[in-house]
Amino acid sequence: MKSPSRRNLLKAVALTPAVAVIPLEAVVRSAREARAAAPAYAQPPEVYLTASELGFVEAAVARIIPNDELGPGAKEAGVGTFIDHQLAGPYGRAERWYMQGPWKQGEHEQGYQLKLTPAELYRAAIADIEQYVRGKYGNKSFAELDAKTQDDVLHELEKNDVQLAHVPADTFFNMLVDNTVEGFLADPVYGGNRDFVGWKLIGFPGPRYNYVAEIDQYGKRYDMPYVSIAGRDAAVRKG
Amino acid sequence: MKPGYLMAIAGLAGCAVAIAAGASVRDTTHAQLERGRYLVAAGDCAACHTADNGKPFAGDRPIPTPFGTLYSSNLTPDEETGIGRWSDDDFVRAMREGRRPNGDHLYPAFPYPWYTRLSRDDVLAIRAYLETLTPVKEVVRAPDLPWPMSWRESVAGWNLLFFHDGEFKPDPQRSNEWNRGAYLVEGLGHCSACHSPKNALGGVKRDEAFQGGMGEGWFATSLRPTHPEGLGAWSVDDIVSYLKTGANSRARAMGPMAEVVENSTRHLSTSDLHAMAVYLKDLPGDNDTRHPPRASDDKDALTRGRLIYLDQCAGCHMQNGEGIAKVFPPIKGNTGVHADDPTSLARLVLEGARSARTGDKPEGFAMPGFADKLTDPEIADVITYIRSSFGNQAAPVSTNKIADVRKQVAGHS
Amino acid sequence: MAQRLPAVDVVLVGFGWTASILAKELTDAGLQVLALERGIFRDTIPDFSPTSIQDELRYAVRNGLFEEPERETLTFRNSLEQTALPMRHLGSFRPGSGAGGAGVHWNGQTWRFLPSDFELRSHIAQRYGAKFIPQDMTIQDWGVTYADLEPHYDRFEYLCGISGQAGNVGGKVQEGGNPFEGARRRGYPLPPLKRGAGQVLFDKAAREAGFHPFPCPAANTSEPYQNIYGVQMGQCTFCGYCEWFGCGNYSKASPQTTVFPVLLGRDNFELRTRCEVTRVNTDSSRKRATSVTYVDAAGREFEQPAELVILCAFAQHNVHLLLLSKIGQPYDPVANKGVVGRNYAYQITSSVDVFVDQILNPFMGAGALGQAVDDFNGDLFDHGPHGFVGGGYLALWTTGGRPILQHHVPEGTPTWGGKFKRALAENYLRSASIATHGSVMSYRDAYLDLDPTYRDSYGNPMLRLTFDFHDNEHRMSDFLTARATDVAKAMRARSFHAKPRKGRYSIVPYQTTHNTGGAVMGDDPRTSVVNRYLQSWDVSNLFVMGSSVFPQNAGYNPTGTVGALTYWAAEAIKSRYLKQPGPLVSA
Repeated sequence: MKSPSRRNLLKAVALTPAVAVIPLEAVVRSAREARAAAPAYAQPPEVYLTASELGFVEAAVARIIPNDELGPGAKEAGVGTFIDHQLAGPYGRAERWYMQGPWKQGEHEQGYQLKLTPAELYRAAIADIEQYVRGKYGNKSFAELDAKTQDDVLHELEKNDVQLAHVPADTFFNMLVDNTVEGFLADPVYGGNRDFVGWKLIGFPGPRYNYVAEIDQYGKRYDMPYVSIAGRDAAVRKG
Repeated sequence: MKPGYLMAIAGLAGCAVAIAAGASVRDTTHAQLERGRYLVAAGDCAACHTADNGKPFAGDRPIPTPFGTLYSSNLTPDEETGIGRWSDDDFVRAMREGRRPNGDHLYPAFPYPWYTRLSRDDVLAIRAYLETLTPVKEVVRAPDLPWPMSWRESVAGWNLLFFHDGEFKPDPQRSNEWNRGAYLVEGLGHCSACHSPKNALGGVKRDEAFQGGMGEGWFATSLRPTHPEGLGAWSVDDIVSYLKTGANSRARAMGPMAEVVENSTRHLSTSDLHAMAVYLKDLPGDNDTRHPPRASDDKDALTRGRLIYLDQCAGCHMQNGEGIAKVFPPIKGNTGVHADDPTSLARLVLEGARSARTGDKPEGFAMPGFADKLTDPEIADVITYIRSSFGNQAAPVSTNKIADVRKQVAGHS
Repeated sequence: MAQRLPAVDVVLVGFGWTASILAKELTDAGLQVLALERGIFRDTIPDFSPTSIQDELRYAVRNGLFEEPERETLTFRNSLEQTALPMRHLGSFRPGSGAGGAGVHWNGQTWRFLPSDFELRSHIAQRYGAKFIPQDMTIQDWGVTYADLEPHYDRFEYLCGISGQAGNVGGKVQEGGNPFEGARRRGYPLPPLKRGAGQVLFDKAAREAGFHPFPCPAANTSEPYQNIYGVQMGQCTFCGYCEWFGCGNYSKASPQTTVFPVLLGRDNFELRTRCEVTRVNTDSSRKRATSVTYVDAAGREFEQPAELVILCAFAQHNVHLLLLSKIGQPYDPVANKGVVGRNYAYQITSSVDVFVDQILNPFMGAGALGQAVDDFNGDLFDHGPHGFVGGGYLALWTTGGRPILQHHVPEGTPTWGGKFKRALAENYLRSASIATHGSVMSYRDAYLDLDPTYRDSYGNPMLRLTFDFHDNEHRMSDFLTARATDVAKAMRARSFHAKPRKGRYSIVPYQTTHNTGGAVMGDDPRTSVVNRYLQSWDVSNLFVMGSSVFPQNAGYNPTGTVGALTYWAAEAIKSRYLKQPGPLVSA
């Protein structure tokens, strides 16, 4: 929407509030900030993963939240696409993180201390894992393994039972699980939770802004149609 | 877009500027200067005569019209570029006849057809106030109009057809208050300039005055005492409240009218606003020749619209359409929702808007825009829904209309 | 070379809750006030628009509205033996940035501390003997009493439009409120929020367990409300996007919704955004602040002179600024000397997840929609048998049901795979969590200082945090977890899962943004940085706001007390300091 009033307000006219900010604000607002300011449904998606990396991710998320009798899983929900977009964007670039040295391995309590951005971590970890899988399972890629074997590999990563060449296995695995849950349950504008499969699984009807009449109807199921912040049918970003 | 003069009716009130000491050579009393300042607020002169980032009343503000762009005059006492050299008679002639000292016609984007009603005393009070302003050297650009309008003499023809000059004559059959209200509404207020249908040459259709019209790309609602699209259900106090604070139980001033409230009407005295309200409530309501509107009965559109309303609108306007007192206006019974022409409604939904900020209501509650979020059919559905629900009775709105307004809005941003 | 600007009466560092209140109060007094905010300007529309704010990924997971560690962070270690390392992305706490600060994205949980909290050391020593307090526990009295602050708590509550039920008005216990609270002059400005299903369950179970539940005081309006400044607010509609988000319909108290409309247009107020203060400058005597140095959006440095300098940044940032400006003696934990950085504290939390049969619709929530039990806070119970100091409240909050971060699965559920998926499906609508919110005492080895290795983007030493939970806190927290378990049992739920706080303090999982201390207030300049009026002992025209001044943290969210202290200090400045600038308390 347009800024509060097109017309400038005189300093002498103290009748209408005006925010006095140095004019530099608008001028130096960077492209990054302009992008950051736009709502999710007005931001175009970008991609990062190669085809084989995406293949790994889709196979892995399919085990993390599988397709089963309860309904579609993470792969069907488009979590691979979600992760791809995320890695291509500010999160993947660790844009808001402190990424200066010196770099030291810390205690668990001190949190993430790798020099790698999430995008770099994925790239390095996937390469390492594929190398490990090829070595152990006869030149197959992770995606080519059967489900049980895939689970075995994932368990090993989870417990840090496998020494990857370049990155700590459990750090990557935990990030992957987090991102999978995010993609499965985030608003569909981000590429995952396609057709609201994640929200339908749990019974979250989507973001709305008024439950005054419903909050004290205790025990009653809320039965409005599923909706995204991009609107009802448009679970995709508008150009 | 409906033909009609686009009037810049919003802008600054220069009235709080302290009177410069010793700037005037005329023999004026403080009372007259105060009166002049007050009348300048009533006329909302700064809306056109003070440019964005410009000095007060130094003019050269672009005034868009359907015919091209004009630039407002410099009203400061500067002798070269302002009106410093004008005599009192010159100023009166400009205000009441639309003529410059050298005889040039002023274009009727300047509302002299309304200011013609002012008394000489009031015009001189305005002059006295303007003389206290700091002189500013601001050369005003020439108008950008196509021939024959670029030829100022062509205004003579327009005047012949549409300019009815003459000072306001009080009606002895009416109360003092009614007459005061008429004087303000028909004079400095120049309300019918926007709130009336206009012909292709930008003249107000006299018989249909105050029945609603386009102003600055928004539809200014009917001020006739009809209901529900006019002021029929409004009390005098409702009108006073609206002009003083930008809000009452049936409406909220948004868009250009919010600026009118902020910069002009909120500065007027309660008794003057009361008088204007009395006058407006007495406008004829019986020669409305339009067909009464019918609410939509398209069940599918209404169902779609209802769901959109609950998702997108109920957070503020509430599920029952009643809004929140003093915060968000009701949809139910809302005069603006019933406007014949849904342009303003469409603009609100597309762009959002901010309420007027006044001393009593400093919050400036704002509505967000949905241009990126809702498609044209969705906006048409939800506007149709609100015009047909909560007891509202107004005609449905088409997707094409929304598309038109979206284009219009995009063109101006 | 920094460009020197024309002087102002007052410069405020930061523009969150404390700065907004002070700006209003001091411009009321006719002073010319300038606020310098490092972040951007923000307002309800367009920044928290209900069209796009309900985006859990963007705001709750990717931290859209918070401080960016890339621009400002600290280093952290549990103990002096370790090397502190940078907090590279937010975890344990989420400070704000931009106009309104954390006041934009808080939940609105608004409490008063107990009378005994303000005189903690005296009170504990008197009741249990001085030896009850461990040697390295550096708790102290605040220098103000609850009675001093009561009118100011009231003012902050009526600024915000707190929805609640008073428990003690003028000494008389009121039905339905917190019977243990300090006496208040009058009730809350608004009635309590409507209860959600979770609150009803908790209330019944807590009574059965023998406790005294009551509705949590909420800065989410239960009705439209016009506050003490004549600013109108809306009504909370339970959208469930409160903490981490800005409110889209003017119903959460924030600087934007309660102060900005009557402040921003004032002739004697100016706000400069994207201006980060890096130094408070003093004269050669080091007893008088002369100006602040700040860097604008283009990286240019300015010197802004002022008669009065007030630090209104987030808790630890105020301490950082004092250290960088070399104001006050920095604290050395080994020598046990100095005060700036001393007595850092936090909050210790735990929870008991409950899994019920009923549909609870957790996504219908509000930031401070909750039912609480305060029986075990402060010194409201006999600590003799327990041997720990402190306490906290239990509450079943329904702040929302945001799918990614606010789902619960039963104990033993794997974190991935088919069983995890099933647990999600079966429990999302039918689970809730009873939270415990416990105090943290101050200790000799919990403090802030300047890091020897890491530098911030201006080349200044980063702030270093050394902190861990002590045995006292663990035992106290376990006690609260056990009480929460009592309530969970009385719910007769399908199952419940107690999750006590275990192990060392970790900066990784979110806990609270209740960082306190480092510039503590008190009566004795040897153990405090500011006096009882929040005025620096060293530099009398410098005041420090916020939870930086807490000598230790109590078992309640800090904002109510932060608000009260701000009004208390504002009154001291207006009624005493301005009339006679100089130390308000003789050292």
